[in-house]
Amino acid sequence: MGDYAYAAPTSLEEALSVLESQANDGQRTQILAGGTDVLVQMRSIDKEPRTLVDIKHIAETNALSIGTDEIFIGAAIPSAALNENDELKGLLPGLIEAADLIGSTQIQGRATIGGNLCNSSPAGDTIPALMTVSAVCVIASPGGSREVAVEDFVTGVGENCLESNEILVGLKIPRPGNNSADAYLRFIPRTEMDIAVAGAGVALTLDEGGTCTSARVAIGAVAPTVLLVEAASTALVGTKVDDDALNAAAAACSDAASPITDKRGTVEYRKKVVGVLCKRAGAIARDRASS
Amino acid sequence: MSKLHVTTSVNGQPEEVLCEPHQSLLDVLRDELGLTGTKEGCSTGDCGACSVTLDGRLVCSCLVLAAEAEGKEVGTIEGVANPDGLHVLQQKFLEHAALQCGICTPGFIVAAKVLLERDPNPDETTIRYWLAGNLCRCTGYDKIIRAVQDAATELAHEA
Amino acid sequence: MAEAHDLKVIGTRPVRPDGVEKVTGRANFGADLSLPGMIHGKVLRSPHAHARIKSVDVSGALAMEGVLAAVSGSDFAEQTDDLGRNVIARDKALYHGHAVAAVAATTPLLAEQALDAIKVDYDVLEPVLSIDQAIADGATLVNEEMHTNGDASQPASNVAAITKFERGDAEKGFAEADVVVEGEFRVPMAHQGYIEPHACTATINEEGKITVWCSTQGHFDVRTQTAAILGTSISKIKVIASEIGGGFGGKLSVYLEPLAVKLSELSNRPVRMVMNREEVFRATGPTSATWCKAKVGAKKDGTITAATAWLSYEAGAFPGAPVGPGCMSVLAPYDLENFSIEGLDVLVNKPKVAAYRAPGAPQAMHAMECVIDDLARELGMDPIDLRLKNAADEGTQAPYGPKFPAIGLKACLEAAKAHPNYTAPVPEGCGRGVACGFWFNIGMQSSAEVLIREDGTVIINEGSPDIGGSRASMCLMAAETLGIPYDRINAHVADTESTGYCNMTGGSRTTFATGMAVVQACEDIIAQCKERAAMTWDIDADQVDWDDGQAVPKPGVNADVDPLSLADIARTWGRTGGPILGRASVNAQGAGAGFSVNWTDLAVDRETGKVDVKAYTAIQDAGRAIHPAYVEGQMQGGAAQGLGWALNEEYIYDDNGVMENAGFLDYRVPVASDLPMIDTQIVEVPNPTHPYGVRGVGETPITAPLAATSNAVRDALGFRVSELPMSPPRLLEAIDSQEG
Repeated sequence: MGDYAYAAPTSLEEALSVLESQANDGQRTQILAGGTDVLVQMRSIDKEPRTLVDIKHIAETNALSIGTDEIFIGAAIPSAALNENDELKGLLPGLIEAADLIGSTQIQGRATIGGNLCNSSPAGDTIPALMTVSAVCVIASPGGSREVAVEDFVTGVGENCLESNEILVGLKIPRPGNNSADAYLRFIPRTEMDIAVAGAGVALTLDEGGTCTSARVAIGAVAPTVLLVEAASTALVGTKVDDDALNAAAAACSDAASPITDKRGTVEYRKKVVGVLCKRAGAIARDRASS
Repeated sequence: MSKLHVTTSVNGQPEEVLCEPHQSLLDVLRDELGLTGTKEGCSTGDCGACSVTLDGRLVCSCLVLAAEAEGKEVGTIEGVANPDGLHVLQQKFLEHAALQCGICTPGFIVAAKVLLERDPNPDETTIRYWLAGNLCRCTGYDKIIRAVQDAATELAHEA
Repeated sequence: MAEAHDLKVIGTRPVRPDGVEKVTGRANFGADLSLPGMIHGKVLRSPHAHARIKSVDVSGALAMEGVLAAVSGSDFAEQTDDLGRNVIARDKALYHGHAVAAVAATTPLLAEQALDAIKVDYDVLEPVLSIDQAIADGATLVNEEMHTNGDASQPASNVAAITKFERGDAEKGFAEADVVVEGEFRVPMAHQGYIEPHACTATINEEGKITVWCSTQGHFDVRTQTAAILGTSISKIKVIASEIGGGFGGKLSVYLEPLAVKLSELSNRPVRMVMNREEVFRATGPTSATWCKAKVGAKKDGTITAATAWLSYEAGAFPGAPVGPGCMSVLAPYDLENFSIEGLDVLVNKPKVAAYRAPGAPQAMHAMECVIDDLARELGMDPIDLRLKNAADEGTQAPYGPKFPAIGLKACLEAAKAHPNYTAPVPEGCGRGVACGFWFNIGMQSSAEVLIREDGTVIINEGSPDIGGSRASMCLMAAETLGIPYDRINAHVADTESTGYCNMTGGSRTTFATGMAVVQACEDIIAQCKERAAMTWDIDADQVDWDDGQAVPKPGVNADVDPLSLADIARTWGRTGGPILGRASVNAQGAGAGFSVNWTDLAVDRETGKVDVKAYTAIQDAGRAIHPAYVEGQMQGGAAQGLGWALNEEYIYDDNGVMENAGFLDYRVPVASDLPMIDTQIVEVPNPTHPYGVRGVGETPITAPLAATSNAVRDALGFRVSELPMSPPRLLEAIDSQEG
C-alpha cells in the first residue's frame, strides 16, 4: 500500500507531469478541486492512499471569462464565487442556481462545477444544467488539449471519459442570446443539504412572438447518468411553452427516466417527480426568456 | 509517510505546522495547534460544527486538507472576540439563550459572522438558508435566528 | 412556597455562568482533552447483523508498528450483564456495528488501519429485523435463552417482556360508546442526533487508579458501569464529566470508556477514543421502532367510555425497550374508567436501544393522539374541546396508579384555546393538527455543596452534567434563596471525587432534584449565617431572620445592630467559627408530571408530497420556569426533534440488517430552513413538592409533535397516513392511491 501525498502544481504542464510521474511510481492519483466529494469518499468509502493533485493553483482552472460568443468557467472556481458574479448569473441563471444548490454555504465555499461534473454522480446538480446550455469540457492531456460535449463526458455511475493522466480544465459554454434562458430545479426532502432525488434542467430560446425555437431538457438522479430528453425538447419547440406543451414535456421526462429505488426515493416517485420538475423548470425558463 | 510543512495564518497569527498529507485542517487546528473551539460532528461536511473561514470564505474545515491552508488566512471561533470583548454575535447568543449544549455554537457564530459581513440586513429566510449547513439539535433554531437578527440590528446601529 | 410576584430573580433571563466559555470555543467537550503521550483507540465492529463469533485474533494488529494494545471480548470479565455484552461482543455479534475488538495506536489513521489486520471468524446467522419477523411462528431467536417475562415453562421467544395496565372493563365501555375509532401506526427507529459524537480519554496509573474524561449525562453511572465491566471497584475510578454536546438520553450508558481504560492499561498510555458519525448511528442507542394499535370509544357528547392500546417496541439486541414509560404515557392525559394497555419488548438484531427524550412516549402517544383526533372529527368536536371534556386533573387516577396532584393539562388546553395562533384561521392551503404531550418526570438522588468565598461570593458544586443550561437555573435558585445577586454565584459540575453522589441528568430531574439539593444547601448556609450573626450580636440564633441576603434580628428582638450580609459574615468568619459551607442531599420525591398541548399548521405539495411547516406552537406547564428562556429552549428543541421524526427521520435497513443512511446526509434532521419560528407559552401550575414549584420540562416537548404533525397532514390531505416518517415519497404514494 502506498502512502498519502499532496501536490500543488502551479501550471498545467506541471500538473500533467505530476500525474505521469506518480503513475510511473505505481502511486494512485486523484485530482483535487473543492474536495467536498473527494475527501468524503477518501475517508469513508474508498480508503486507498493516493496522491492528491490540487489544481487550485493553476491559472487556467481558475479562469472565468465572459466573451461575446463564449463563456469559460474554470474547473477550480468555487460555486460561491460564481454566485457572486452578477453578469454570469444573468446569463446562466439555471446553471448558477444549480451550483448554488449543492450543499450548504460552507460546501459552496469549496465545491466546484468541475468537481461536481467529474464526480459524475447520477444526481450531480450541475450536470443537467450544463447539458441544457450545451457546455463543452476542455480537457488537458499529455498529448495536448481535447474537448468533449458534456453529454458525452459522463459514462456511467461515478465514471467519466477522463483518463487518469488527464485534467478537466474548465467548461466552455456558448453565450446565450437574448430571449434565451435556463432553469434548474431539483427535488429534495428537506429545504437544503440533501442529494437530489430528481432534477430537471430546461434551457430554451423564444422568438419575438414568444414561440419556442429551441429547447434542451435534461433530467438527473433518475438514471445511471444524466439524460438529455429529445422528446421533451420536441414537445416544447414550436409552442408557446403553455401548460399543454409543458405537460407533454413532463410526460416525456417521466417516460425517459429509468431510476432505481434507494434510500432517497422509489422508482415510481422519481419518475413522477422528475416530470413535475420539468414542468416547473420549463415555466421558469420561459418566464426568464420572455423578460 | 513524510510530513508536510505548512505555513499558514490563523486568526491573524502566523503558524507553521507539520502535518500528514491526508490530515484535514480540522485535525490540525485541534490536534497540532490546540485550537479545540472548532468541533468535529460528522467529518462529511453535513453538520457545520467545524466551520471556519478560509481567506474570508465560510468552509467546513473537515473538508479542507491542512495542506490546502498553505499561504491562506484561517479564521476560527477563537478569533471572533476582539481585544475589547465579545463580538456582538457572541453577546446576542448569550442574551437570547441561543445555545443549550453549546457544541454547535462556534460553528454558528463563525457562519453568522460571515453572513453579517456580507449582508448587514438579512431577512429571516436568508438567515435560515445561509445557516442551513449548521445543524443544531437542541434549540430548534428559533433563538439562534433571533440572536442573529438582533446582532444585525445592533451592528447596523453601530455602523 | 413563594408566590410568583414575590420572586426576585427566578423567572428572569440572565446570561448563563458557562456562557462566555461556550461562545468563545473555550469550553472543553469530550474530544477536547489531550494528555501527554496520548494514543488513539478505534473499534472493530461486526459486519454482520447476527453471527456467532468463533474466534477473534488480534495478533496481526499487535504486530504493526505503532499499535500498542489490542483487545477483544475475551479480555474482559465474564459478563452476565447486557451492558457489558453490548460494550464488546462475547460469543455472538448481535447487530451490524456491534463492537468485537479494539486497538490503540500512536495515530488515529494507524489505529484504523490496524483494524484491518484483526481476524474474526464468524458463523453468519439469519438476522431478525422487525417486530413482525420477531413474533412470527418459527422466528429465528436473537437470544436462545430468552423467555417472555422469564417464564421458562414457555418456549424461548424474541418477546422479552409483556407489560399490562388495566382498569375497569374496556369491552363494556366500547359497547356503551356511540362512536368507536381505531387505528394502527408505525413509527421508525430514530436517533437522538446529538451533534457531539461519543468521546473519552482514559488513563490508569501504576497503582490501578483510573481517570476517565468523557462526554456523558451521568458520570457517576460511568463510574459504576465501567467498574462493573472491568471487574474493578468504583473506588479506583474517577470520572470527570466534560461539557456535553447533546445527549437526549443517548449518553446514559457507556460504549467506549471500558474499552479505553483497558487499552490504557495494556499500553501504559492515556487513550483517547472518539466515535465517528457513522459509528454513532450504527452502534450507539437509537430509540425503538414501534408498531402500535389504539382504539377509543366515546358518547356523542365526547365523554370517552373506553380506550385500549397495543404497543410493541423493538428493543434491539438486548431487552429494555421503553415499554413501561410508553404504557404509562399513552393515556395519561385522560380521565378514564375503562382501559387496557399492553406493551411488548421485542428483540431484533439491531443496536440496543437507549433512552431518547421521554423514551417510549412519543411513539405511544402518537397512536393515541391520532385516534383521539379522528374521534373529534367523527363527533364534530373541536380537538381541544374533546380533550378538555376528558382531561386528567388534580385527583384523577393516572393510568399507572397514583392520583395526580395539581397538574396543568387543563390550564394548557385553556391557554391553547385562547391563543391567537389557535383562534387564527388555518392559512389557505394548510392543515392544522393538535396533540397533547406528557411526561411523568422523576426525582431520584442529587447532592450539592455550596461554598462561600471570603468575600461572600458563592460557589455551587453539584454533579449534574449540564445539557441545557441547568447551571444558570442552579445559580438563580441559589440567588433567590440566599437573597444575593445572581452574578455573585457560580456553579460547577464537579467530578465524582469532588461532589456527592448524583444520579444522571435525565428524566427531566435536574432543575427539580438537583435544584432541591442546591436550595437545601443554601438553607444550610442561611442557618449557619444566622448562628454567626447571633454570636456576633450575642443573641440566640432563633432570634435572627434572614431577609434579602442579610441577617437581621427578628422583629421585636431588642438589638440595635446593623444587618449583616453574607459578605460581612464571611469576612469575619474566622472570629465566629471558621469557613462556612453548606451541603444537602436528596432522594427527591414528588416530581410533578408535565403536560403540554402543541399544534402546527402545514401545507402539503400534492405533486411532490413535500411538507412545508408554516407554524408551530407549544404550550407547556413548567410548574415554575426558573429561567424562562431555557424552558422555552426545551420546548422548541423537543418540537424540532418531533417534527424531524414525523417528517423525515428514520433508520433505513437493508435485508442484511445494515443501516443504509448512517450519516447526516441521509439521516435527515431538520435544518434551519426547514422550520418556522416555534412559538411557546409557559403555563405555571406550581409543583408543591419543590421549593419553587418546579416541574421537569425537558422531555414533555417531544411527546406531542409526532401526532400534531400527523393530524395536520390528515387535515391538509383529507385522509390519514399512519406510517412515519411522512416523507415525500410516502405522502405522494398515499395521495396518488387516494386519487387513483
